[in-house]
Amino acid sequence: MMMELLVGLCLLGAFVVFVLPDEWSPKAAFGISLVPLAVSLYMYAIFDGAGNALLDGDVAFETQYAWLTLGRYDVSWHMGLDGISMPLVVLATLLTSLAILASWTPITERQSQFYGLMLFMEAALVGVFGALDFLMWFVFWEAVLVPMYFLIGIWGGARRKYAAIKFFVYTNIASIVMFIGFFGLVFGLGDSISSLDLPAIAQALRADQLGGLGLLSAGQVATLAFVAMFLGFAVKVPIVPFHTWLPDAHVEAPTPASVMLAGVLLKMGTYALLRFNFTMLPEQAAALAVPIATLGVISIIYGALLALAQSDLKRIVAYSSVSSMGYVTLGLVAYTLYGVGGATFQMVSHGLISGLLFACVGVIYNTTHTRTIGDMSGLADRMPVTVGAFVAGAFGYMGLPLMAGFAAEFFVFVGSFGADFPGAPLFTAVAMFGIVIVAGYLLWSMQQTLFGPFRSETDYEVAPAAVHDVVPLLVLIVFIVALGTFPYDLAFDMIIDATEPVLGTGDVTALLGGEP
Amino acid sequence: MAISPDWAAVAPTLVLVATAFVLFAYDSIDPDSSNNPVLAGIAFVGALAAMGVSAVYLVAGVGDPAVELYGGQLVVDGMALFFQFIFTSVTALVALASYDYLQDIDHQAEFYSLLLLAAVGMSLMASAGSLAVGFVALELASLPSYALVAFLKRNRGSVEAGMKYFLIGALSSSVLVYGISLVYAVSGSLLLGDVADAVTGTGLPGVLGVGVLMVLGGFAFKTASVPFHFWAPEAYEGAPAPVSAFLSSASKAAGFALAFRVMVVAFPIEGVVGAIDWVLAVQILAVVTMTLGNFAAATQENVKRMLAYSSVGHAGYVLIGLAALTGTGDAEIVLGSGMLHLLVYGFMNTGAFLFIALAEYWGVGRTFEDYNGLAKRAPLACVAMTVFMFSLAGLPVGGGFVSKYYLFAGAVNAGVWWLALVGAVNSALSLFYYSRVVKAMWIEEPASGVDVSSYPSTLYAAVIAAAVATVVLLPALGLFSGIAFDAAAVFF
Repeated sequence: MMMELLVGLCLLGAFVVFVLPDEWSPKAAFGISLVPLAVSLYMYAIFDGAGNALLDGDVAFETQYAWLTLGRYDVSWHMGLDGISMPLVVLATLLTSLAILASWTPITERQSQFYGLMLFMEAALVGVFGALDFLMWFVFWEAVLVPMYFLIGIWGGARRKYAAIKFFVYTNIASIVMFIGFFGLVFGLGDSISSLDLPAIAQALRADQLGGLGLLSAGQVATLAFVAMFLGFAVKVPIVPFHTWLPDAHVEAPTPASVMLAGVLLKMGTYALLRFNFTMLPEQAAALAVPIATLGVISIIYGALLALAQSDLKRIVAYSSVSSMGYVTLGLVAYTLYGVGGATFQMVSHGLISGLLFACVGVIYNTTHTRTIGDMSGLADRMPVTVGAFVAGAFGYMGLPLMAGFAAEFFVFVGSFGADFPGAPLFTAVAMFGIVIVAGYLLWSMQQTLFGPFRSETDYEVAPAAVHDVVPLLVLIVFIVALGTFPYDLAFDMIIDATEPVLGTGDVTALLGGEP
Repeated sequence: MAISPDWAAVAPTLVLVATAFVLFAYDSIDPDSSNNPVLAGIAFVGALAAMGVSAVYLVAGVGDPAVELYGGQLVVDGMALFFQFIFTSVTALVALASYDYLQDIDHQAEFYSLLLLAAVGMSLMASAGSLAVGFVALELASLPSYALVAFLKRNRGSVEAGMKYFLIGALSSSVLVYGISLVYAVSGSLLLGDVADAVTGTGLPGVLGVGVLMVLGGFAFKTASVPFHFWAPEAYEGAPAPVSAFLSSASKAAGFALAFRVMVVAFPIEGVVGAIDWVLAVQILAVVTMTLGNFAAATQENVKRMLAYSSVGHAGYVLIGLAALTGTGDAEIVLGSGMLHLLVYGFMNTGAFLFIALAEYWGVGRTFEDYNGLAKRAPLACVAMTVFMFSLAGLPVGGGFVSKYYLFAGAVNAGVWWLALVGAVNSALSLFYYSRVVKAMWIEEPASGVDVSSYPSTLYAAVIAAAVATVVLLPALGLFSGIAFDAAAVFF
């Protein structure tokens, strides 16, 4: 019942906040959002799952009720968590609460609608990570689009209408492509499945039950479905060259929505890549490893270079997300214990770090009303706590030891260095170079804006941020340092336990990717 | 469950007839009555009672086995009751909404009795057991509809719309009746079952082929499908908005009710394939209808016209219910999915047109720009409209997502995956124009000069009720799907 409780609480909260008067809704929304956060932390504390939810693992908090039947395909409300989804659910609830707190200052219009949509989105996000039935999962997956469309479209910047519709149509078309690809698999499986249950489908696919479809052989169906699903998810991640919606959406979105977008929504793409492409079709993943790894490395380098060329702080952080999500792709395609586990760990770590950086940019913008690097300098004098948090987030990005980013990138590199596909060490080496560029642009932009003599081109009084603005930053830093200090105890053990079955029962040293 | 006496099986229709007569009687006693609450109340309660009866019958299984009356001229089976449930719920919503919409207009008793009589016609269309009854019922549904479209008789748009609707309706009726006569020439019977026996392996395949095509043309008019769709934008735009809601939801469903039964029962595809492969013809019609409807809708500037073309597009989706009867796969799922989509459509589309009625009541203009910023003034109604738009587009905020999933999955299951593909692509593109309404309401800055101070209570209630039904049908369509598939399974 825990999953239903979690989703139900978020939905109920959304309705309550939506009808509350504007002046009460910020505090009410924050208070309400603490309840799902507490529930998810409690679930994390008592989590007793083992193995992978799709591959016959021991699923925690599992519930299943019949919903629809279509011919021979049963659809059910099937929810449950394993070591991959549990940290992501906590991430979603944590970032929602913090993003709501970070909205108190910048959101001054139509508050109750804003906070209602944030809570609605939280419900959908929890559903995406918890659903174990394809149609259920797809319902939540699509439902996430709706609140984000409004959040960008109503409370966004100057070009918000363009950005909102671009985000909406772009990701919706990607969903259709993915949907068609997945149903190719379902029909190819023929009589070997009787439901749209993801575990059943994953296990049937891994047991080589896939048959041909029309003129296509089983192998061709699998390859085409893999490509279709990959394209659909690549838009969400985003992987270069499908990233063009992201800078628009990020720059125009209000800061709290950017936090959610970078922190959680992008993870939906990589989470789905792991659940669908890499869990269900390992052979195709191995066959297409080189092109995917190439795209991943291109995302890392190209995203970082694009970030280098920007003068808007938010754009810099947005493009650096493209770069960081490239590490997730690289880790997944490595297909080693540390690679896939590290990719999952990087999802969580990047969620926290990019959330922190976007929140910092938001706090700075709230008081300076500019995000252009040349318009300000020496902010450290006026708002020391915010600047400190920004520096901490930047070092997290660069992979400073004892921060989550270091552990995540280390795992990914260890995993991808020993991967099986040709040229893996070379790909890893090039990807590592991405960190140098990241360090370059982050240090440069911090030097320009945060340090040196104070100067501001805008007429606003630059003052220290309010307490409710800096609390989210500090909470995020605590989580980032904790994850970096105790990566195994807090998440990585849980993650590895769930990702190991994905890799099959092969040679253990190969799985470990060379390193013990 | 069998019901006795037999005639009790047509109780939903009888309740509608009785309500229409009560309205007549009331009007005869007090011809100049302006007691609108009573008139609207009678119509609403009558439609609601008919809806309740059909729902109870449906659950109790009165139509299983089918009850045949007058030697098979009238058939009450699961499908008839299912469609009667759709018509009566739409009629109830429209009657509820019309109370506020028609506040200052004369001849209200006539309006409601025409509405109820049209509903009687639709209800009979759903249970027609012969071509003759089907034709008469279709005329009984059509004639009041013409009058309803032209009901605002001092409004040029309304009168013009009624005129166009009538002319095209008369033309297509004559096409239909000529088609029926050709079928009769081949089969020597009008009873659907007898026709089926006679046309199998007929010696006059040419005559039969032309006859079936013309019958199909007659249905295309009623369902607003290509090639007889062009009246729809004119009529829906000019008609009073509640009447547009009624026509685009209930009348379309009635056309499909008759089309489903006639095509499946009277012209079994394996029997008539030598004369005409109507499944192929419907496949072509479905593809053209949904594509044309969607692309035309995308180019509109007027919200009501956009909805009218979207209604054409949805006729194309429902046509999949006939077009995917290829003989492979599960036929009852294909046909049942069409019925389910019409059920959901009955709520989401009626709701959308009733929202337009609400906007017209407030004096909001007709274009997308006129809807700018409406959400700041009427957030609750705009939430409802957002639900309708996204559900029509197939996003999972309403039942439209599930019913489209049924339709497309049924088509793939029947081996016509390309039909599902065209449908899915159209559905994805339709988000573009549906979201324009949402964008205007929520994101654009408000236009000036619109006064949303008054809250028409029954119109509001109808919109909200339709929205609640649309949302509830997302999880609850599973409950109806068994009923619909069982009802459809009888034919195969």
